[in-house]
Amino acid sequence: MSNLPDADTLVAVLVATLRPIVTPETGMIGIVTGGAWLAERLHQELGLKVPLGRLDISFYRDDFSSSGLHASVKPSQVPFSVDDREILLVDDVLYTGRTTRAALNEIFDYGRPKSVRLVVMADRDERQLPIAAQYVGAVIKVPAGKKLQLERDAAGKLSLRLNSPKTANA
Amino acid sequence: MRNPQLNANGELTHLLTIEGLPREILTHILDTATSFISIAERDVKKVPLLRGKSVFNLFFESSTRTRTTFEIAAKRLSADVVNLNINTSSQSKGESLLDTIDNLAAMNADMFVVRHSQSGAAHMIARHLAPHFHVINAGDGRHAHPTQGLLDAYTIRHFKKDFRGLSVAIVGDILHSRVARSLIHALNTLGTTDLRAIGPQTLMPSGVEQLGIRVYHDMSEGLRNCDVIVMLRLQNERMRGPLLPSAQEFFKTFGLTPEKLALAKPDAIVMHPGPMNRGVEIDSSVADGPQAVILQQVTFGIAVRMAVMSIVASH
Repeated sequence: MSNLPDADTLVAVLVATLRPIVTPETGMIGIVTGGAWLAERLHQELGLKVPLGRLDISFYRDDFSSSGLHASVKPSQVPFSVDDREILLVDDVLYTGRTTRAALNEIFDYGRPKSVRLVVMADRDERQLPIAAQYVGAVIKVPAGKKLQLERDAAGKLSLRLNSPKTANA
Repeated sequence: MRNPQLNANGELTHLLTIEGLPREILTHILDTATSFISIAERDVKKVPLLRGKSVFNLFFESSTRTRTTFEIAAKRLSADVVNLNINTSSQSKGESLLDTIDNLAAMNADMFVVRHSQSGAAHMIARHLAPHFHVINAGDGRHAHPTQGLLDAYTIRHFKKDFRGLSVAIVGDILHSRVARSLIHALNTLGTTDLRAIGPQTLMPSGVEQLGIRVYHDMSEGLRNCDVIVMLRLQNERMRGPLLPSAQEFFKTFGLTPEKLALAKPDAIVMHPGPMNRGVEIDSSVADGPQAVILQQVTFGIAVRMAVMSIVASH
């Protein structure tokens, strides 16, 4: 899909947007899997001091009773105190907002942050919940039945892909 | 016949015994447990997986550790937990087991955690109930204690990384031990080939070799170069007749002392399902020593039970 924006360009856009607002105390948390990859890049390029956190929101999904537990749940790790901290929550694609809601619930189980702002590489602009991203790489309209995903190759290069999922996944 | 623990898609819907479960399911449970471990270190030690579900702890036989860890596991998954101590309730008034179950099901239970002195009790309850209920066996007679077997396997994997190439010795009262039976099935499925049972002939079930285990009656032979030693409790309450001369005699021959432990590999771990009888099957200096991982087993047990509950509830 050559008409999708280049992921590296979007990373550069986000880095430039975020640079003025990050502080030595800013905490960053990426949502597994794509969001964690993006967060790794942003964390490194912004030179953030607080270690990077990652969330696997499988235990917080609202479709647990219908879709069950996936075989490869990775433990969440938030290696800093979230209490009273400004948090940047990072995901690859913002779609319905359900993943974001689950991630917010999980963050609050670690403590009470001062603020949480959402950073996404791509916004599909099809929200089912009152959730918005403050920092967006690009708004990308996706045809029905398709899934927009961030992928990472063996060399660590990020790219956006449009896939036809076997099972729809928010 | 289909395995009664699995649904038509081969997914785990009850946990009744480890026997016959494929390796993928055991590994999935252990992997899921790993991701629950870190929850205990957070401010809020809860995830919302079982929010709104009711878990009934049905203990027809007394237990502190197992019942408490199941209760904590269910609460950390945000379930509502009801503890029933049946010794003191309807059964003593003559109600049948299945009538008790039907009444509790009518109270909209979602999951039953069952311990019973009769082998097969959890199977019978699982067969009796409609498919949307889940049953977890927390120990039935001499038959099985699958979550204990899984938490033992979890502990072994945690400390030894892999099951293949390990030598595991299970020591003591194998005959009465559902813990031993469940662990043997788990390790057989997970790929441990050197399994040893050490104990007196009178406490060794007949045909135990058919489970793929070598029998020893001498600690100095059986413990040699072991990676893992699992001590079992001498189950006085299950003992009928003169199977043993005395507890002191047992300790002399089969109790784990520092001298006997020295026969195993220097980095061998010592496990015990509890409750321990110090000075009967294990010496205090071993139980409190650097190689004992007995209290870690308890902590891991919560995560393993969370994994089992969340997996069966999702099918």
